[in-house]
Amino acid sequence: MKVFGQKPTPSAWFGLVVMAIFLVVAIFTPWLAPYEESANIGGTWDEPSATSWLGGDQIGRDMLTRIMYGSRMTIAVALAITSLSFLIGIVLGFISAVLGGWVDIFFTRLLDVMLSIPSLIFALIILGVFGSSIPVLILTIAVIDSTRVFRLARALGMNLAVLEYVEAARLRGEGLWWVISREILPNARAPLVAEFGLRFCFNFLFIAGLSFLGLGIQPPYADLGGMVRENAAAINFGMMAPIYPAVTIALLTVSVNLVVDWMLSIDARPSGAQAEL
Amino acid sequence: MTPARRARRPSFEHGDGMIDDIILEIKGLQMGSVAGAVIIDKVDLRLKQGEVLGLIGESGAGKSTIGLAAMCYARAGVHIAGGEVILGGVNVRALDAEGRRDVRGKRIAYIAQSAAAAFNPAHTLMDQVCEAPLIHHIMTRPEAEAWARQLFRSLDLPDPQNFGSRYPHQVSGGQLQRAMAAMAMSCRPDVLVLDEPTTALDVTTQIEVLILLKSLIREYRTAALYITHDLAVVAQVADRIKVLRHGKEVEEGLTDQILHHARQDYTARLVAVRGAAASERATQATVTAETVLSIKACHAYYGDFHVIKGVSLDVRRGETVAVVGESGSGKSTLARIVTGLLPPRGGEILFQGKPLPPALKARDKELKRRIQLVYQIPDVAINPRHSLLDIVGRPVQFYFDLGRELVLKRAKELMGLVELPLDYLQRRPGQLSGGQKQRVCIARALAAQPDLIILDEPTSALDPLVAEEILKLLRRLQSELGLSYVLITHDLDVVHRIAHRTAVMLKGEFVAFDQTETIFDGPYHPYTEKLISAVPVMRSDWLDGVLAKRAQAALPAAH
Repeated sequence: MKVFGQKPTPSAWFGLVVMAIFLVVAIFTPWLAPYEESANIGGTWDEPSATSWLGGDQIGRDMLTRIMYGSRMTIAVALAITSLSFLIGIVLGFISAVLGGWVDIFFTRLLDVMLSIPSLIFALIILGVFGSSIPVLILTIAVIDSTRVFRLARALGMNLAVLEYVEAARLRGEGLWWVISREILPNARAPLVAEFGLRFCFNFLFIAGLSFLGLGIQPPYADLGGMVRENAAAINFGMMAPIYPAVTIALLTVSVNLVVDWMLSIDARPSGAQAEL
Repeated sequence: MTPARRARRPSFEHGDGMIDDIILEIKGLQMGSVAGAVIIDKVDLRLKQGEVLGLIGESGAGKSTIGLAAMCYARAGVHIAGGEVILGGVNVRALDAEGRRDVRGKRIAYIAQSAAAAFNPAHTLMDQVCEAPLIHHIMTRPEAEAWARQLFRSLDLPDPQNFGSRYPHQVSGGQLQRAMAAMAMSCRPDVLVLDEPTTALDVTTQIEVLILLKSLIREYRTAALYITHDLAVVAQVADRIKVLRHGKEVEEGLTDQILHHARQDYTARLVAVRGAAASERATQATVTAETVLSIKACHAYYGDFHVIKGVSLDVRRGETVAVVGESGSGKSTLARIVTGLLPPRGGEILFQGKPLPPALKARDKELKRRIQLVYQIPDVAINPRHSLLDIVGRPVQFYFDLGRELVLKRAKELMGLVELPLDYLQRRPGQLSGGQKQRVCIARALAAQPDLIILDEPTSALDPLVAEEILKLLRRLQSELGLSYVLITHDLDVVHRIAHRTAVMLKGEFVAFDQTETIFDGPYHPYTEKLISAVPVMRSDWLDGVLAKRAQAALPAAH
């Protein structure tokens, strides 16, 4: 079987299957989850049973249900952040690469300023001042993340902008938007798609981290980082509760990385063979 | 006796290869790609000691692949499927990787087309030239250095004593190519594989490198495989020529026999392309009195560097004006001035009698439409992600604001004009050959219905037979549509054939600008003469003739 016209490696297959499961679960959670998102079904940290496969959480909600809703929320927010950061990063990066001159200098200096502030501190300040709501969270992380996308897009754009077909479009008198969207973007697609996967992972981890600190997605919504924090005390009693959301975070991150690795390796060996020595 | 001479393998002198003097023999070589395509189909070749065999053919003919296979090496994606490679009596294919590595560089060495890409910029030339003899334990470091200096001297490199202490970026392209020849000769190999060693060089540099390579091969009686697509070049150095096409042998014969009595039609056509230049001249029929473009005393700078120094040029409707010169002479910069990519400082450009704004931004759509540019390398001049319909249709839509139906109709007309099949409109550039891509570039330029097309080396990236077709097309379009061309090129053959007038450029100035016949018939400016005399002529004794002439010229000076 082929995906994107290529045969995946075994590890890529693992990643693809896990990602597909996560996607299906995230989209259809309300129908697939055994219980309501915040329904109390038992006591604190109940043992796993036939009716509650992973047991209960710190206030007696079903752990499996919470993980499904938590994944849904975290994946949705991470996707929204990554999409927004790519929109900002690609547009500004390509504009910088194509126009050059003072536009480029302005954006790159702005980028240097942004990069000089540690991103977690930056996020903590913004979220502390404006309060943590989902729109503020998305906007803040997207802006922070777009600096990385900007750097990649600018580098790719600069390599492509000097090619003669781009020069030909400029000679024809094409506008900036045409050059960016029709001449440069289609040729930068492969590395950008791979980067999208990587940035999604980082954002996913970043939200989980913020939620763990209590500044991410707020209760009553379930989310994976928050669940690790809420259930952390169970470790003291030798119970598994915080391990489940933590493993879920790891599983998704690893599987996305495996797929991205495979996609990047396709790009790196076009002829698909080694030289005969 | 040089250290290298002493170091020759004594065992070899008694090897099987010596009996009939055959040093390299390839029998029934078959090579395929990983995808299963046949790349080389049953090619045989034999090389005697001190003999030079020319491998010639268009790109994709498998010349380089055979050259590498002579060392039992195959590029990524290619593998050797069958046949034998016997070097001095040893079947190299039967050896393991270790054994093959021992042969390479020592017994057989390779000179690549692009010396700049073959040298490591972080090491001195001496380190790189001495590397092979040291790795193979043939010489000690002082011996290897002494031998390298002798090679530098044989190759006429400046200051041979200290030349080796320079880094690759500190020497010119021609010198680097010669340094690579020294690197290949460092182990005194029995066979040299020369893969287009002069193709990347200017004509005037090419002749110097050619002379030295020839004398090097003669002096050390090294056998050589000389790979090139230029028959006139190979005619100067090769004893025999093998013509290849699509991975198969077309024919093989003595150099003179191939040049004068080719048995196969394909060979005859290859020979005829180079011969045509002498007989064919551009007719004046298309030229009118109306001046389309006139450049008046223009100057251009890159930063502080003065590239164009007061150049004046005029082009009439239906006329082709060629600008020739070596790389770095400023001829491409001239194209950038006219297109507006590099605004000139000083001087004036008139287009159809009106002043042309220097910067591209200041020119309106109509002006941009009237001047079109065709690039040298078609592969990067068209967007690989667009279909031909997008590429050819976009200027039609952009400049004339037509609806979809009309754009499609016009695109079809344009495809007919450049002789491409209509169903190609759905294809992407990756599915086209180099010549077809150049036709697409020409169609894109024509789509704007321009008055003037600037042709920046339109044929230099193409094989001779394909280039010939493109030139024919350009000429036909000129007579049908009354186009004016500014032709930027270093190829005097092309100039001969399509240029009405020619300007010879040297260091940012025109040393001559006149009717093409006048330029070529003389009396010449010394630089023009140097350019013309450096173009290889399709005679096997041309290079020797040039050498004899030079020796004569040098004689009175010596006394």
